[in-house]
Amino acid sequence: MTISQIIETLDAELLTPDADVAREVHAACGSDMMSDVLAYVKDQAVLLTGLNNPQVVRTADMMDMVCIVFVRGKRPDEMILRLAEARDIAVMTSKMTMFTACGLLYEQGLRGGVG
Amino acid sequence: MADDSIRLHYTVPGDDFTRAGEASADLKSRMKKLGLPPGAIRKVSIALYEGEINLAIHAHGGDIDVEITDDEVRMVLSDQGPGIADISLAMSEGWSTAPDEVRSLGFGAGMGLPNMKKYSDEFDIQSAVGVGTTVTMAVKTA
Repeated sequence: MTISQIIETLDAELLTPDADVAREVHAACGSDMMSDVLAYVKDQAVLLTGLNNPQVVRTADMMDMVCIVFVRGKRPDEMILRLAEARDIAVMTSKMTMFTACGLLYEQGLRGGVG
Repeated sequence: MADDSIRLHYTVPGDDFTRAGEASADLKSRMKKLGLPPGAIRKVSIALYEGEINLAIHAHGGDIDVEITDDEVRMVLSDQGPGIADISLAMSEGWSTAPDEVRSLGFGAGMGLPNMKKYSDEFDIQSAVGVGTTVTMAVKTA
């Protein structure tokens, strides 16, 4: 699915307006523990997390992820958004809980990849 | 081979967790410019990033020396931190001494060292309590 479809499915707000929302996302990972995210490489993945600090973007960057969803209405600060923009990572926030957000994306056909 | 190798040095601050990852990000962009294989770039980036996090949260900072040669990227991470009493225990997945405040930052799940080993083609760790720790990792690029 595309980043644009993720925004729609999660009723999310895109916080990096210049992001290319037509980009394809092939896998997803939901976790607040960044080392768990780093344990399994996925291709063109989206990261769903309730953690709100710069290490979320650094983790996504090292994994070549294309999109980050902050769940439970978390809003990253400007520094985090600038870090993501510099790496072409789309960032959005959704009011949904982690469980609901993951469930809806799964229902739309997105899978967890190897992990 | 050693003559045209690229050597880089990074210092990881021990007092600013938000900066951990700057070295891996810099190395990643340099490797991209050098045209190294994407799979190798990702392995180096993840392994070094976990190492940086460890230096920041466990060792009060440390030093990273990188050497890029024709066929590998070699990283040596050294610190004068508390050292590791039982290395085989520290290498087991899920085992961690990180305090709760580190967990609230998204780390301390006991996956750092296992992940570093997992993404390295060569991995070595030497440590002495009260002296410090040195981790050597190499990833093949050819």
